[in-house]
Amino acid sequence: MFKILRKIMATGNVTEPYDAMIPAPRARGEVAITGNCNNCQACVGVCPTGALTLEAGQVIIDQRACIFCGSCVEACEAGTLRQTGNYKLAQLSGQLEEAGQALRNKIIRTLGRSLAIRHLDVGSCNACEWELNALSNPLYDLQQYGLDFVASPRHADLLMVTGVVTRNLTQALMMTYEATPTPKLVMAVGACAASGKTFGTSYAIRGRVDKFIPVDIYVPGCPPRPQALLYGLHLALDKIKR
Amino acid sequence: MIKNFTVSVENLRAAANVCYSKSKHGLLAMFANDERQLNGKFAIYCLFDGRNPKKMLMIKATIDQKSAMEYPSLTPIIPAAAWFEREIHDLFGLTAVDNADLRPLLLHENWPADVYPLRKDFDVSTIVPEAINKKIPMAHAHGEGLFEVPVGPIHAGIIEPGHFRFTQAGEATLLLDAKLGFTHRGIEKTVEGLSLNKAFFQVERICGGCTVSHALAFCQAIETMAGVDISERAKAIRIVIAELERLYNHVGDAGNLCAGLGFAVGTSNGARLKEYLMRLNDAVAGNRFLRGMVIPGGVHYDLTPELIAEIKATLDKVVVDFEQMTGLLDENDQFLDRVNTTGLLPYQAAKELGVVGVAARASGVDYDLRRDKPYSGYDRVKFKVPVQRTGDVAARLLVRLEETFESISIIRQVLENIPTTEPKLAVPIPLIKPYMTGVGWSESARGGNIHWLMVGENNTIYRYFVRSASYANWPALPIAVPGNIIPDFPLINKSFELCYACLDR
Repeated sequence: MFKILRKIMATGNVTEPYDAMIPAPRARGEVAITGNCNNCQACVGVCPTGALTLEAGQVIIDQRACIFCGSCVEACEAGTLRQTGNYKLAQLSGQLEEAGQALRNKIIRTLGRSLAIRHLDVGSCNACEWELNALSNPLYDLQQYGLDFVASPRHADLLMVTGVVTRNLTQALMMTYEATPTPKLVMAVGACAASGKTFGTSYAIRGRVDKFIPVDIYVPGCPPRPQALLYGLHLALDKIKR
Repeated sequence: MIKNFTVSVENLRAAANVCYSKSKHGLLAMFANDERQLNGKFAIYCLFDGRNPKKMLMIKATIDQKSAMEYPSLTPIIPAAAWFEREIHDLFGLTAVDNADLRPLLLHENWPADVYPLRKDFDVSTIVPEAINKKIPMAHAHGEGLFEVPVGPIHAGIIEPGHFRFTQAGEATLLLDAKLGFTHRGIEKTVEGLSLNKAFFQVERICGGCTVSHALAFCQAIETMAGVDISERAKAIRIVIAELERLYNHVGDAGNLCAGLGFAVGTSNGARLKEYLMRLNDAVAGNRFLRGMVIPGGVHYDLTPELIAEIKATLDKVVVDFEQMTGLLDENDQFLDRVNTTGLLPYQAAKELGVVGVAARASGVDYDLRRDKPYSGYDRVKFKVPVQRTGDVAARLLVRLEETFESISIIRQVLENIPTTEPKLAVPIPLIKPYMTGVGWSESARGGNIHWLMVGENNTIYRYFVRSASYANWPALPIAVPGNIIPDFPLINKSFELCYACLDR
């Protein structure tokens, strides 16, 4: 007992604000487009998930499908593409984006002060799960924001869905969504859930999450780092000054 | 080195019996391949460990496409073959005669009969209709007072999906059956036809926690076929990266095990230390799961002197902290009461099921690919392979703790003698002769991974098979759980630390 107390005291408080940590210089985040493209199309050819397209001489990056591998940056002849450490890529959609401000305020009033989250794996590789788990570690301490993971969809306000929807989990996805009481929010976590393109076309894969249920928040990444998930949660709950 | 034999399908069991009896660790992998476009036949491949540690034995039996599409089951003589045969039945429609349990493993109730997705005449984009009224029976026991507890596929924690069916006699579990394959993405099919470089990104994403070990096994299979030698510095960096992966997994698992019995201080400390290691990964590889570091032909990034210093400093900090954390466990009676004699996996079962990694070594099976089939220069590093004999949760935890310190020692040794910087950290992969095959392996935090690859034209993938560590270890769980109480199941499950995604692919 004494040893336990001593360890707790010695460790002290390690919790930090969610965006305090600056990503390492090598950290692969958003691919930014700078300068002029020479139309070589090399980036389109090397992208493993088909996240890049060329339209009217301009590269367009589908951030939801990007796995931040950096292949396009290396292939880019003109040096137009640059990899940054930016992880604040979450996008709002559905109820949170389209609804009027009044409804939006109502959702946030109902859910915002204490939001219960249920995780749902619909075909993930386990990396997103580990990052979701990391949110509860003492450094990120999700609970300090009034957010917490719950054990049942019946207790949940928000579903954090990871993975590309597999044939074998389609039923579980639908049943879990049905079991979650309204009003509810859905977050598509990571490139698989947001784009469904990570593994291409397969007999065992049905695609991205929003083909089945409405998605309100998209968090790109492969996997999204814990800070990116917290940014997405903050954005959804209007806790970020815009 | 792999010795290849080709036998007729009638002689498969006899040949397998000979190889099995000569083998140190039994059947490593078994899979099928549709070679009808090449020679009009299906093939069953069985990979055995050799008696000589440097050797592996590969038996290939061919099945004529006009025949009855069956082969003699190996399960009666080699229990480890059971799940492989189920998978071959699922994906290729080849039946193992005498295997009593050919229930679907990866394709569920929704999959119609007589559609075999890994056959070459099945196009990957085929829209397969939903099957109706198909049932997959679960194992049952009948008797007065017995009842069943179904759990999953969606669990209470943040973990992967799988369905468990407990048959209970009061609080004690009598029987456990698992239905897995929920996260089956068909990766072995989706990579077919892709270039090796593009397929690599899917290989890394078979499993998050085993990213490096899968990449390593895949790359080594390619490099063996292409006959390229990677630079000494790249080899050294690969060891560092592979051990960093083991380290964050083991440290995190020690913490998670505490969560399995409600010891919050242990959980919290484990999660904190894991986070420090994940941040180190991010600094080294630009990704918290070390993705993109080990690539075909070498490694992607160099270790700069600053990074080497950062790795050393982080390890110095973590090792002290981790010792203090584990010190809280071994004097805690409540903790020891829960982990000792819980979830026993007997030596015989571990051996016969071909269990690998921590789970095997905790049951007295002294086997580690890093030592027994050295790759990437592991033979030049000094390390112990910890072995325990009790086969319970405590033994698996102890093996993991000892391995954590061994990993730290390996990284320190490699960093001390790291070969000088070379201009080329990755050599290009030349064109590989079409339809050549290669095997790659690596020891992940959970145990050995075996990857088998047949290349097609222009360095594309013709057929790819992955036997992950969890694939080999899942069948051991239904052996270890019965006799324990249901509240110990999460604890036992966590002590094995099995990936669902690794099995399901």
